[in-house]
Amino acid sequence: MLMDIKIPAVKMRDITKRFGPVVANDKVWLDIYRGEILSLLGENGSGKTTLMNMLSGIYFPDEGTIEIDGKEVVIKSPKDALNLGIGMVHQHFKLVDVMTAAENIILGLPGKKDIKAACAKIKEICDRYGFDVDPNEKIYNMSVSQKQTVEIVKVLYRGAEILILDEPTAVLTPQESDKLFAVMRNMRDDGKAIVIITHKMHEVEDVSDRVAILRKGQFVGDMLTASTNAEEMTNMMVGHAVHLNIERPEPVNSVPRMEIKDLTVRSIEGVVKLDNVSFTLNSGEILGIAGISGCGQKELLEAIAGLQRTEKGSISYINDDGSHEELIGKDPLAIQNLGVTLSFVPEDRLGMGLVANMDLSDNMMLRSFRKGRSFFTDRKAPRTLAENIVKELEVVTPGVTTPVRRLSGGNVQKVLVGREIASAPKVLLTAYAVRGLDVNSSYVIYDLLNKQKQAGVGIIYVGEDLDVLLELSDRILVLCGGKVSGIIDGRSADKRQVGLMMTKLGGEANEE
Amino acid sequence: MKNKEPLFHVAKREALPWYRMWLIRVLAVLAALVVCSIVTMAVTKLNPLAVAGSMVEGALGSSRKTWVTIQNTAILLLIALAVTPAFKMRFWNIGAEGQVLISCFAAASCMILLTDKVPNAVLVLIMFLASIAAGAIWAGIPALFKAKWNTNETLFTLMMNYIATQIVACFCIVWENPKGSGTIGLINSTGNQGWVQIGNKYLFAILVAAIVTVLVYVYLNYTKQGYEIAVVGESVRTARYVGIKVDRVFIRTLLLSGAICGLAGFTLVAGVNHTLTTSLAGGRGFTAVMVSWMAQFNPFTMIITSFILVFLSRGSTEIATTFGLNSSFSEILTGIIIFFLIGCEFFIRYKLIFRTHDAKEGNK
Repeated sequence: MLMDIKIPAVKMRDITKRFGPVVANDKVWLDIYRGEILSLLGENGSGKTTLMNMLSGIYFPDEGTIEIDGKEVVIKSPKDALNLGIGMVHQHFKLVDVMTAAENIILGLPGKKDIKAACAKIKEICDRYGFDVDPNEKIYNMSVSQKQTVEIVKVLYRGAEILILDEPTAVLTPQESDKLFAVMRNMRDDGKAIVIITHKMHEVEDVSDRVAILRKGQFVGDMLTASTNAEEMTNMMVGHAVHLNIERPEPVNSVPRMEIKDLTVRSIEGVVKLDNVSFTLNSGEILGIAGISGCGQKELLEAIAGLQRTEKGSISYINDDGSHEELIGKDPLAIQNLGVTLSFVPEDRLGMGLVANMDLSDNMMLRSFRKGRSFFTDRKAPRTLAENIVKELEVVTPGVTTPVRRLSGGNVQKVLVGREIASAPKVLLTAYAVRGLDVNSSYVIYDLLNKQKQAGVGIIYVGEDLDVLLELSDRILVLCGGKVSGIIDGRSADKRQVGLMMTKLGGEANEE
Repeated sequence: MKNKEPLFHVAKREALPWYRMWLIRVLAVLAALVVCSIVTMAVTKLNPLAVAGSMVEGALGSSRKTWVTIQNTAILLLIALAVTPAFKMRFWNIGAEGQVLISCFAAASCMILLTDKVPNAVLVLIMFLASIAAGAIWAGIPALFKAKWNTNETLFTLMMNYIATQIVACFCIVWENPKGSGTIGLINSTGNQGWVQIGNKYLFAILVAAIVTVLVYVYLNYTKQGYEIAVVGESVRTARYVGIKVDRVFIRTLLLSGAICGLAGFTLVAGVNHTLTTSLAGGRGFTAVMVSWMAQFNPFTMIITSFILVFLSRGSTEIATTFGLNSSFSEILTGIIIFFLIGCEFFIRYKLIFRTHDAKEGNK
């Protein structure tokens, strides 16, 4: 009843946005109120970010109308949006590293540059909502969570009344997320309208007052968070009931497969990315890697795959007969020539794992095109492989001659994982294997990984969703700032404990 | 006023069926011709139909004119084929001009220095090998620097053009004939040593281009090396990920690309011009880039695109002479047509969505 007398701060009606054949938003309705935190919930690819990008002036809607405080408006650019009091904090921060927080915040604003006055105003904003940021600190000295704070202060400084946060917790530890939620509540109590884009159920329950759900670009419904529950929201999000249990078969005949000792990697700029990392990967197990983004997961996988120059340490592959092969200093081709079948599902599927503009069967050829002595390529075998993968993994595609860029995220990943598994690997490296996939495709991938595990493959699974990591992995290696924070048993691990280990080495520090 | 919806905004199109793509291209050509007629009438007060007629006349008016047009097409096609492997690899080789010129220099110097010292067949063979080697080296140097030190290939290949031009300019004086003319003139005009002709004097270049078209098509589409080029061109990171040695592919492909430029240089000197001047390549090293891109690296489509460009340039030269116009006028016409041809690709990929509801609605 209370809702009826409130005028929505934002009223979006029949918003439609198409990208080529993809309908990202299909006649979406959305109301955003002041003094309320709204969760925009939906799976990856359901159109949440697209919808908010139209509100913040990044995209222009193909159809539909937007009203702010009851007046119809046209938002052509982010500047228009800011003039209307709409500010968005994107997943990827847009800050200048060599400048201070205050300089970043006033960057691009008209008028004379008065750092002192700006600092005072920033201080006032911080005090009011409980932000913790030093205006004179340089961005490159900041942690991810501090950078995010700067981004939020930046839009508040510019007078935003309607704040949109795009998956703000994706880069944060559980402790940092709690802190963010606290300031979000402060902002809400100050009368601001807050939208948080997320696909994590517990965040919706923790922080929001109301939840709006999108599915496949369509608005499914909205309700007060207090009057719903996780199951109902999941059903609305996915469209039908799913069980959230991931299988975890017991490893059988597990033997050491790969030994990594004192691995140290520096980036081109000389920053230590991996610092004396040591662990053993066994056959027939899934070793999960947990860590906040940038803690060295990428470098670790690429070092094993022969794509990353290492400074010291060893990566030795253990054959079935117990003999060792050193992989350091060898490129992917040399590793393959050693007879080590190592498959790698990289994070960047279309920029690294596959060639976006090539069709399915040409993408199969990436791994096999060198076979045989002929000067010419063999096109038949990859075509057959592509046809098999399409059939077995139920890839939705017009045919094997369709460029992979036309496939949806889940189908792209099926093609990539299918190809990597086809070479019967002994070691399988996966980075964010289910990122951006809908629930069903995610389960297809989990099943495939479990099947490989049961076939004796040693699997390294780098993931961002702790819940999935805890349910899927036999053991979990936690990285923190390039160091091994600890290796724990997946069956007995506790989420808070992993979260602490991600931020503090060993995680022994006192609970906050 | 502030709330006015923009007149139109740009949105990405779904993939179009091939016939709609060609429909857009044909419409673009028609639109170009209309604009050309308007410009012609406005500037020269001439009947545009007469002008168009003289264009066709200039390119295909007699059997000699037709043969020359086809021969020019063949040379342009040959150079376009040469740059294609590099561009497909996204290696911005704009040095075809210099690569052709330096191989012309190699072929001509063999003719000048070795005539009557070796039998004619051996001379032709040496010319052939020397020009191919010269072209390959000229393209290989920037590739090597790119692979080893990641230098910018666009600047590097461009600079190599000037070096080639200056070398040729220098030797045009050294070998000038007759003395004091500052030019070389026809080499071996009496004995025709080192001249290559099959049938009439146009056919050799055409045959070479035809054979190379098929070879390049097969190389790019059916060989392992061609596949590597495609992967490197699409994504260097993917190439590294599957163990392709990108640096080696760079160098190998540029050697090949330069070698085909060398073949074009050999064809120009031995089969067409029998002389050496700084303008022998005549800008075709640059035009070839356009031929290759417009055909989206398909060698057979390049036959059409190179013909269009040669037809336009020969036709508009004819207009300039027939109607006593400045040669710049023909370049204006060619420019208009190419502008439309390239511009229409935008409409194949994107569409414009015009304002739907009335501006008044949004005002209050």
